[in-house]
Amino acid sequence: MTYLLQGILSFIAASAFGVIFNAPKKSLFYCGLVGMTGWLVYSFVNHLNNDQVIASFAGSFSVAFVAHLMAKKFKMPMIIFSVAGIIPLVPGGSAYNAMRHVVEKDYGVAVEYAALALMISGSIAMGLVFAEIITQIWVKVIGKLKLKP
Amino acid sequence: MTDYELAVECCLMAGRLMMESGAETYRAEDTMDRMAISQQLTQSQSFVTPTGIIFSGNKNHPTKLVRINNRTTDLEKIALVNGVSRKLASGEIRLEEAYEELKKIDEEHKTYPFWIKIIAASIASGAFLLLFGAPLFDVPSAMIAGGVGYSVAEMLEEKTRVKFFAEFLAALVISVMATFSVAYGLGYEIDKIIIGSVMPLVPGLLITNAVRDLMAGHFVSGLSKGAEAFLTAFAIGAGVALVLSL
Repeated sequence: MTYLLQGILSFIAASAFGVIFNAPKKSLFYCGLVGMTGWLVYSFVNHLNNDQVIASFAGSFSVAFVAHLMAKKFKMPMIIFSVAGIIPLVPGGSAYNAMRHVVEKDYGVAVEYAALALMISGSIAMGLVFAEIITQIWVKVIGKLKLKP
Repeated sequence: MTDYELAVECCLMAGRLMMESGAETYRAEDTMDRMAISQQLTQSQSFVTPTGIIFSGNKNHPTKLVRINNRTTDLEKIALVNGVSRKLASGEIRLEEAYEELKKIDEEHKTYPFWIKIIAASIASGAFLLLFGAPLFDVPSAMIAGGVGYSVAEMLEEKTRVKFFAEFLAALVISVMATFSVAYGLGYEIDKIIIGSVMPLVPGLLITNAVRDLMAGHFVSGLSKGAEAFLTAFAIGAGVALVLSL
């Protein structure tokens, strides 16, 4: 699938999630934008080295980073922009596969998929954390630079 | 009401509104502290958990406790309360006005109508289905299953107040519908239809909040929110697995 089509679809999905979570009307467009960024980064990295764990990390990092920028710009809590963007990265597929193999009593494969889902959730969490730390450092450094003169 | 009582009341109301609409714990504490400092309560202490808020203004007055009973997701309310606290802290509005505004948010704030949310859920399901690489032919069944599943989850949660049961039944309904649509030739890939339609039920807010709360050192709230997210995900998985095992 082309990146253009993926971008449009992820934009629609993330804005729809904005409606479900009752995001403010004027922020819906930007929710979609954050979701689109996250998914495109995820999809691109996944295409490059075919590793979902690293791709999820890159995706969630960019979601949180862009969400921070939006939060600064619009003076709204960062969570409004990040929540809808995280959803497409959630490892629904691997969790589902794990569940299906448990049902089929194929426990070896099920554990494999469960471990993958766990790793992906962990990397999403790490991505969020890293972006938070980096933006905090950035704000502090920039704030100091502005104070000096 | 004295000024002190009003200030404490204002802080508690802001904290409660934020926690009820799904804000991070540290944001609720931060908001309360900022409001308190702007009202010269420099020694105030707040302790926020997902189920209750303890706030003490200063040493000589009793500590107050507010219980948080229902938690939903309402990002707009968080933004509104945040705006009020910002204005109060910068001195744009006075304490009485802030209290009135918070009261208005508490009583009059409206979410999007339920049918718009259902439509949004079904659109999200369809978009996710295509993102996961399913053929265009599967989109209608996934959209219907996603919309029905979301409405089942919301209505049951409102009626029974047991979130895990509502999500379990919604996942069950979705997988039954997906199974039937594939059996009657209305869809090709049952796996992707189920994954796409289950997406609106995923506890995304809880996951992000749990991580950010743990980061900020709020281990009580972080762990309990993480447990809630895990249980919700488990309920969804159990609902899907039950149908697949038949």
